[in-house]
Amino acid sequence: MTVAVAEDRVAPAGGADVVLSLRRVSKEYPTTPPVRALRGVDFTVTRGELVGVVGPSGSGKSTLLHIMGTLDRPTAGEVTVAGYDVASLSDKDMSALRSRHIGFVFQQFHLLSGYTALDNVADGLLYTGANLATRRELARGALEKVDLGHRLNHVATLMSGGERQRVAVARALVGQPSIVLADEPTGNLDTKNSEAIVELIRQINAEGVTFVVITHNREIADAFPRTIGLRDGSIEYDTEGKR
Amino acid sequence: MTTGLVPSRLHAVDALRTASVGLRTRRLRAALSALGIMIGIAAMVAVLGLSESSKSELLAQLDRLGTNLLTVQAGTGIGIGSGELPDEAAGMISRIGPVETTSSVSAVDANVYKNDLVPSGRTGGITVQAVDINLLDTLAGSVADGKFLDAATANYPTAVLGSVAAQRLGIRTVTGTQQIWLGDQWFTVIGVLNQFELNPDLDRAALIGQGAAETYLDHDNVPTSILVRVNPDYVDEVTAVLAATANPQNPEEVEVARPSDALEAKEAANDAFTALLLGLGAVALLVGGVGIANVMVISVLERRAEIGLRRALGATKRHVAVQFLGEALLLSAVGGAGGVVLGWIVTGIYARVRGWSTLVPPVAIVGGFVAALLIGAVAGLYPATRAARLSPTEALHST
Repeated sequence: MTVAVAEDRVAPAGGADVVLSLRRVSKEYPTTPPVRALRGVDFTVTRGELVGVVGPSGSGKSTLLHIMGTLDRPTAGEVTVAGYDVASLSDKDMSALRSRHIGFVFQQFHLLSGYTALDNVADGLLYTGANLATRRELARGALEKVDLGHRLNHVATLMSGGERQRVAVARALVGQPSIVLADEPTGNLDTKNSEAIVELIRQINAEGVTFVVITHNREIADAFPRTIGLRDGSIEYDTEGKR
Repeated sequence: MTTGLVPSRLHAVDALRTASVGLRTRRLRAALSALGIMIGIAAMVAVLGLSESSKSELLAQLDRLGTNLLTVQAGTGIGIGSGELPDEAAGMISRIGPVETTSSVSAVDANVYKNDLVPSGRTGGITVQAVDINLLDTLAGSVADGKFLDAATANYPTAVLGSVAAQRLGIRTVTGTQQIWLGDQWFTVIGVLNQFELNPDLDRAALIGQGAAETYLDHDNVPTSILVRVNPDYVDEVTAVLAATANPQNPEEVEVARPSDALEAKEAANDAFTALLLGLGAVALLVGGVGIANVMVISVLERRAEIGLRRALGATKRHVAVQFLGEALLLSAVGGAGGVVLGWIVTGIYARVRGWSTLVPPVAIVGGFVAALLIGAVAGLYPATRAARLSPTEALHST
């Protein structure tokens, strides 16, 4: 079952398979002195890719995630997500874009306390207009996909760290987004659970889901088919087509 | 410009669910902040309910006693008069057309004691009044035990005691053999009366017949007051002519009063008190509103990460505002509903204790609930706007 989305989208420049495109994207924070978090970042992500973005602290990873996830706008440059030019979208449109085309996985999981795993995942579809029964039905499928079919009615915040992150992954996947953005998804996990989550992301990607994983862990990023290295707000390297 | 994007949507039922998240996950805090509103609303509903219940009791009382009873009294004091009405006053008053009945009361200069051994002077404040045998009909009074004076007993040394007088003389039930020492004579107690609601003076009196007063106490039976029951449609007209009729030579020496006015005046005083209590209730409600605003502001600060998550999931600013405004409204609705119920219960208990019928006006119920919602809306507006304005990136990075 899928949520019907009737849209009249303009085909993105650079081909139908481009899910995310950044052209000369810069972001400057108006502090004193101003901070240039991103400087002319330029890359595209095509459907089905699994990209690791790696960089040390302060390299601009979080800012990049916010801009890719339409949670923030660039100071300069062009961002296109799922064929939509973000510059032309209002705040309301950006919310609509996030609700239907972008899935997020966060380091802190951000699960609602007191809610079951099922309802946490179902909330991934809360703002799509789907009714509760449909949302729960789709959430059940997503949780089964991350091997938590037996923990549907457990309170999510009482689960182990690894399980909580799997609930968060299921929530990101439940709406079948065009792209999933994961911000340090293993940052709060031990080695064993980190490996399990990376493996889960690989499996889901193998089924065709596009992933961009932001991490400070070079080892994790290097294990992905493509890695983009960030340093001081600029792309230091991009392994696109080299692996 | 149309983008073709299907807008984010939040069904009303889902909006209600998200609005109740804070209440469900922070129950004690929600209960305490709703309690503030509840106390305010309960106070207002109870004040209005009690006022209405007592008013309905007053109306029932007035209905029972009638507002058509007038008393004619001789004025007393320096330069006013002798304290007595003319002998023929009762007769003249009874000839006024709309007058239905008259009953005269004449104060007897005598004291009452339980027996002849009680030292003189320890009268217990009990007066002696020589009365007409139709007194009870005129005053709508009733006998608690025994019987009232009739044409026969009014001429013999018999007495009927007012409720307070009976209590002071230690007589609760009438055996027919109890005697009291009245004006140096033994009088047999034949009845005890219930309280007079309009004439408390008579509660403290021993009532004897006019014939007995004349025969045994050498009393002249000149009336000190005349009780007049008139046609309810002509109360004002009769009042206007009563003084001149009772004492044509010195009408200014006559005081005419309507005892039911005292009850109405008491009610008017209650009304003023009600307004004061309502004001106090409103202050309590306002404090409750400030409590809700406070809790909501804290809630927004604590739940920044949740706000960030919801924005990431596709919530618009409006959805976030609706969630927090909804939460404030739910808090106040719970408080308001609880307050209405509590106010009703308080009214019910108090009315039952006082023997009134419980009457909570619908305007207090609806008004109380609406006032709670309004307070909730005002209290929730600022926190909701603040939550909506929070930047998603900033919100997501708070833990």
